[in-house]
Amino acid sequence: MELHQLSILQAKDGLKKGKFSAKELVGLVFERIKKIDKKIKAFVTLNEKEALAQAEKADQVKDFEKKPLLGIPIAVKDNFCTCGLRTTASSNILKNYIPVYDATVVEKLKTAGAILVGKTNMDAWAHGSSTETSDFFTTRNPWNLDCLPGGSSGGSAAAVAADMCIGAIGSETAGSIRQPAAWCGTVGLKPTYGRISRYGLIAMGSSLDCPGPITKTVEDAALLLGILAGKDEKDATTLPKSTENYLKKMIPAIEGIKIGIPREYFTSGIQKEVLENVWQAVKLLEKMGGKIREISLLDPKYSVAVYTIIQRSEVSSNLARYDGIRFGEGREKFGQEAKRRIMLGTYTLSAGYYDQYYAKAQKVRTLICQDFDKAFQEVDLIIGPTSPSVALPVGATKDSFMFGELQDILVESSSLAGLPGINICCGFSPENLPIGLQIIGPKFSEQLILQVALSYQQATEWHRRKPNL
Amino acid sequence: MKISQIIIGLEIHIELKTKSKMFCGCSADHFGNKPNTQTCPVCLGLPGALPVPNKTAIEWTVLTGLALNCQIPKFSKFDRKNYFYPDLPKGYQISQYDSPFAISGWLELKNKRKIRLRRVHLEEDTGKLIHGIVDGKKCTLIDFNRSGVPLMEIVTEPDIRSSTEAKEFLEKLQMIVRYLGVSDAEMEKGQMRCEPTVNLKIEDGNKEFYTPLVEIKNINSFRFAQKAIDFEVNRLFEEFKQTRVEKKAGNKTTRGWDEKKGVTVLQRAKEEASDYRYFPEPDIPPIEWTDKDIENFKLKIEKLEPPDKKIERFVEQYQIPISFANTLCQDLNEADLFQAAVKYGRKYGIAPQLIANIMVNKRIQYKDLSPKALIEKINLLSNFTVSEEEISHMAKEVMKEFPAAVEDYKKGKIQSLGFLVGQVQRKTKGKSDPKIVQKILLEKLGN
Repeated sequence: MELHQLSILQAKDGLKKGKFSAKELVGLVFERIKKIDKKIKAFVTLNEKEALAQAEKADQVKDFEKKPLLGIPIAVKDNFCTCGLRTTASSNILKNYIPVYDATVVEKLKTAGAILVGKTNMDAWAHGSSTETSDFFTTRNPWNLDCLPGGSSGGSAAAVAADMCIGAIGSETAGSIRQPAAWCGTVGLKPTYGRISRYGLIAMGSSLDCPGPITKTVEDAALLLGILAGKDEKDATTLPKSTENYLKKMIPAIEGIKIGIPREYFTSGIQKEVLENVWQAVKLLEKMGGKIREISLLDPKYSVAVYTIIQRSEVSSNLARYDGIRFGEGREKFGQEAKRRIMLGTYTLSAGYYDQYYAKAQKVRTLICQDFDKAFQEVDLIIGPTSPSVALPVGATKDSFMFGELQDILVESSSLAGLPGINICCGFSPENLPIGLQIIGPKFSEQLILQVALSYQQATEWHRRKPNL
Repeated sequence: MKISQIIIGLEIHIELKTKSKMFCGCSADHFGNKPNTQTCPVCLGLPGALPVPNKTAIEWTVLTGLALNCQIPKFSKFDRKNYFYPDLPKGYQISQYDSPFAISGWLELKNKRKIRLRRVHLEEDTGKLIHGIVDGKKCTLIDFNRSGVPLMEIVTEPDIRSSTEAKEFLEKLQMIVRYLGVSDAEMEKGQMRCEPTVNLKIEDGNKEFYTPLVEIKNINSFRFAQKAIDFEVNRLFEEFKQTRVEKKAGNKTTRGWDEKKGVTVLQRAKEEASDYRYFPEPDIPPIEWTDKDIENFKLKIEKLEPPDKKIERFVEQYQIPISFANTLCQDLNEADLFQAAVKYGRKYGIAPQLIANIMVNKRIQYKDLSPKALIEKINLLSNFTVSEEEISHMAKEVMKEFPAAVEDYKKGKIQSLGFLVGQVQRKTKGKSDPKIVQKILLEKLGN
């Protein structure tokens, strides 16, 4: 295996044993980027000079105990503020914006010794599920360059799938980590809301936004979660509950675990090959000792409505600061999608409509939370497909104004409820496009989710497949 | 036709004197500081920055609410008030909409009338726009030092019936927040801002009319508050006589007080029904108090004697005139110093009345004195047992005895005055107050 193909744990091991230096590793990653990112276009901004300097430093420090990510090249979605490094949220409004501070996630990565490779492309302001609505360019799916990588963390997922980094960070409001991870065949973990600090993450839907890792393996996700999670004095919504060393407790678990299969998540609206592969995975888990049980959840179509209203309302307020007075660009630079969202959100918050839309949506949101609470009295975890389809062709979002919401129909409920969930690859379509399944658990059940995902990963070979680039 | 009732409601903003701002760690003490030196990503509203509420500011707001006889709801939250203005960097102000920290209070005036309070809530202050000329071009600059400073808003019911009552209410409120130590509430420094809303009930024959509401802005002293309301009452009455326009939805106007001309000037004709699109601030979890929390707040307030109670007690307990008690109780530190000094003064047989007199008339600079030091100074003073009459008499004698010194002084030799003072002191065996001796001598020397 070539160096850039390594997982974080493999790279850590190699660095520690002195098999290669951080400088070599980082150098190879940039070589890879130069070779193939012309085709994929996962990165908005590269941090090469600084990264190589950091790698040299890392090679001198060699403090692998205190710095669990020492010398590891990590790509970060371009909506996390990076001090001194351009941060655009893939929007024209911020196309020349250089933050004066690091997001907490970035700060934690740096403290852990990680090396920032660059900033990855996304749907502008994270408004979308395709990376096609980036104000700059579309990112391509490494498995088929005529297909979309999903989104909004499409750049991060594509960079991981194409081995242009060792691991990456994405953010999810509803689906933006899990869905591109599914389409690109990577692991994508969306933690419990408030588990990882949002400080420095350019806000989309503030009551939903969650940073999280996109990685090549489940163990890597556990490692990154352990480093990033925890109470942050700068984010009042982070949860005081103590975090664990998730990686240390990564023992496969499936025996006796009660797994719910919601019949509303296996309907005719979902592609045949997706359904088949997810079913096969469920059967495998059952064979391994999992207690599979069919359950019923609220129809996900309600979540689409609730999610749309809450998220648009918050977006309309969060984007108000880009008023043309600062940041260099005027409001006319907002793309069509952002304009649509601002207008709808402004409408749903307006006097006379608030009760009808926003207030009502919040009430239904509570019902959705209660629906999950009820389900988790019966089962430990819930499994279903992540996306209704495999990666769709470039251009699929044209004239489909609700593209994202419909793509993310299977993840919106759990996002609204603030629950953790993971995407892992469970097979490939006849066209060799990855298929993802998601495991959802109650709040703070990341450890169990990761352990069950690990059991599946160990029993299968899907995660070892690499796209032919 | 006559005015049968003046109807006034007040909206008051008070800057809290917390160390740090409402949602970040920047210093909240912004008055007169160099522009944009006290800012950070949070109060500049930079992308990705998040607010973390200042606990002290929240507690102080609750305490103020309790001191104003309010109820403290167990559930409270912050909301976003969305509007565009260049001094508002996030495009919304974090405020409180339908769940303020304190509701339904009252404050009693001297005439025993209770002015009901609707609510006390907490929000963040905005930046400041400075209109100036840079490189010969007219422009507007923004100073964000004030952005995010905690601002407490107090809203009364329209229960106030005269400008005098309004002034009294404001003075009383100022005293209370100063007592609580939550704000210096200097109107001149903008730490306390008041916007009265005024209208009139008019009787004409056996018919009653209500004039449209007017909100008055730009008031930066208690005196101006009174003057502006008086002006507005007359203006509204005259206007009604001419136009006969009555109060109705949408005809509220905003007028600014012009202190130079002593008039109010129209600022906004029709109060456009502004829609702030309030919604719960998703970045800050709601605040929920337990019964015990509220009990603890109440205990804190109970320990604190309200100013009017203190004034009453001072008059009764120390037998001092009410005007003295009023002055001493303006400031909690001063009142505390007085009480401690009275206690200490007993040892020297110094009466509370004398201490009050000396403090109120500022006969001693006591600002930084301990009670002990103050009493020692008073003791010294009270050793001067020679009366002014006697001093006057002695001074006359000394001037007769030393005509040369008197002449020298008149020629401009100032030092001679010291010599004369010394001679008077000698005659009274040091028991006269040199300050008074000097004053009397100067009078006699024709100065």
